[in-house]
Amino acid sequence: MAKDILSTPKSFYKEFFRKPDADKTNTHYCPGCGHGVIHKLLAEAIEDFGIADRTIIISPVGCSVFAYYYFDTGNVQVAHGRAPAVATGLKRANPNSIVISYQGDGDLAAIGGNNILQAANRGENITVIFVNNAIYGMTGGQMAPTTLIGQKTTTTPYGRAAANEGYPIRICELLSALSGPVYLARGAITDPATIMKTRLAIRKAIKAQMDYKGFSLVEILSPCPSGWRMTPVEAKKWVKEQMVKIFPLGTFKDETKEREPIAYEKREYTKEEIKQALGLDKEAPHFSHSMDDVKPIWRNPKIKISGFGGQGVLLLGNTLAEAGMEQGYHVSWIPSYGPEMRGGTANCHVQISTSEIASPVVDHPSILVAMNLPSLDRFEDDVVPGGLIIYNTSLVTRAPKRTDIESIPIPATDIADKLGSLKVANMVVLGAIIEKTGIVTEEAAISALNTVVKHKKFIPLNIEAIKSGREYVRNL
Amino acid sequence: MPTKGYMEVDPNHCKGCGLCIEACPEDCIEFSSEINRLGYHPARYKGEGCIGCGFCFYTCPEPNAITVYKKGKEVA
Ligand SMILES: Cc1ncc(C[n+]2csc(CCOP(=O)(O)OP(=O)(O)O)c2C)c(N)n1
Ligand code: SF4
Ligand SMILES: [Mg+2]
Repeated sequence: MAKDILSTPKSFYKEFFRKPDADKTNTHYCPGCGHGVIHKLLAEAIEDFGIADRTIIISPVGCSVFAYYYFDTGNVQVAHGRAPAVATGLKRANPNSIVISYQGDGDLAAIGGNNILQAANRGENITVIFVNNAIYGMTGGQMAPTTLIGQKTTTTPYGRAAANEGYPIRICELLSALSGPVYLARGAITDPATIMKTRLAIRKAIKAQMDYKGFSLVEILSPCPSGWRMTPVEAKKWVKEQMVKIFPLGTFKDETKEREPIAYEKREYTKEEIKQALGLDKEAPHFSHSMDDVKPIWRNPKIKISGFGGQGVLLLGNTLAEAGMEQGYHVSWIPSYGPEMRGGTANCHVQISTSEIASPVVDHPSILVAMNLPSLDRFEDDVVPGGLIIYNTSLVTRAPKRTDIESIPIPATDIADKLGSLKVANMVVLGAIIEKTGIVTEEAAISALNTVVKHKKFIPLNIEAIKSGREYVRNL
Repeated sequence: MPTKGYMEVDPNHCKGCGLCIEACPEDCIEFSSEINRLGYHPARYKGEGCIGCGFCFYTCPEPNAITVYKKGKEVA
């Protein structure tokens, strides 16, 4: 239906309230930038199809990183080049949504090259708006995979040379070799007739998605006057005279008629189902063990355990968390280690809490276990005032420097050695933690061993180590 | 003389790129000599000649700068 008045499409926000500066009705784009025109064509299509309420636009990294300022739709801003992966997740979780991945040429063809290839090959039912301006606009005009031979950029100051930088990548041609895509077209926004063709291509691509036909992509040759060091009018001319020669316009694939719609389970989730999926339909968990008898500073502890790989620091953390869970607490445990197997260092973050844990990361532990000297050197300063440092004096050759914390020196490795295995030094420390703080009981820890220790024959030795650790601390 | 169409530029939303002036088949848009709040000479309608084709609207990158009344508009 033709409109009598052409003005701001309704699927743009009236006021760009997410824009931090005072000017909330202009875009952040340079004068004459193609992104603005493409936004307009896209916004108009979304309005005309009446799909704003179920559309999610993915903003990339690049000049269009702030696309979410403008579109009054769902918006997600994603990591560089990863829009097709995020689009896949969004679409699969809610097949009735319209997912539009908006990407530049650096984003899509350089860092995200494999992402787009795989999404296209899977025939994901998403629409990609690919803005090819032959340059990295946002970062100041570096060469992109689509930069033309001879084109001067800040990283090809003498012009792109095939021998050095290879040839411009033609994405539409490349993707049309795959079976997955259903619609692939390349347009430009030069003269009015070409703009109208591009406008139609965008609509065809979105329609393909609305009809559950599969992957669609529209590549749009777009001027970047700032990156190209040209006036807006010169830039437009350059697209027409230079870019189009290398990137011919047209439809590269259109199987929208032949393809059967993808059989999706077209469903929307009810509030009850969402609550159920998030576990909000159940009663709050019941805690069998209050922390009232634990000293306030060690209640809901944030624990960091650190040592050499092979000292069992991850297992110690795991056992603590498991014991906390036995007692009905919320717990978290995340390991952190380098690529080395035994030679490197390892640490883990453990939380045991009477309320839900928002983030499992422990930056400022209330309890630090340092199994070796580098661990104490690295994490001592992070411990909260009044916190506890348990350090393995068999390997840690100095005492903590802090005077505002409590510390327990324990020769865990030597004690373990006497028990018959260096490997149970971690359990000696577990005993020390139990004795000193009481955050978990010995019974819960022993019961946790049944879950975390693979070879059951080692469990008695581990129990003995826990008891030795307790005894050592009791006698301090 | 009444014209077929009518176009309007909001001077404070124009960045003076000149693409609408280029696109207009009737040559009825020009740069204003004024400087707007963004520091540009905005485009403006010459006052007559618009045929309501909408070319300027579709070449303009700013969402809030141009309005085209395809069937003309009563102006005081
Ligand atoms: C992981 C990562 N690598 C590199 C960058 C730097 N970076 C920001 S934008 C950009 C390229 C943008 O070019 P393009 O996708 O063509 O968008 P345009 O600005 O031209 O629209 C790069 C490399 C980044 N932000 N993140
Ligand atoms: S640098 Fe280029 S792509 Fe980025 S806003 Fe400016 S003209 Fe547009
Ligand atoms: Mg680019």
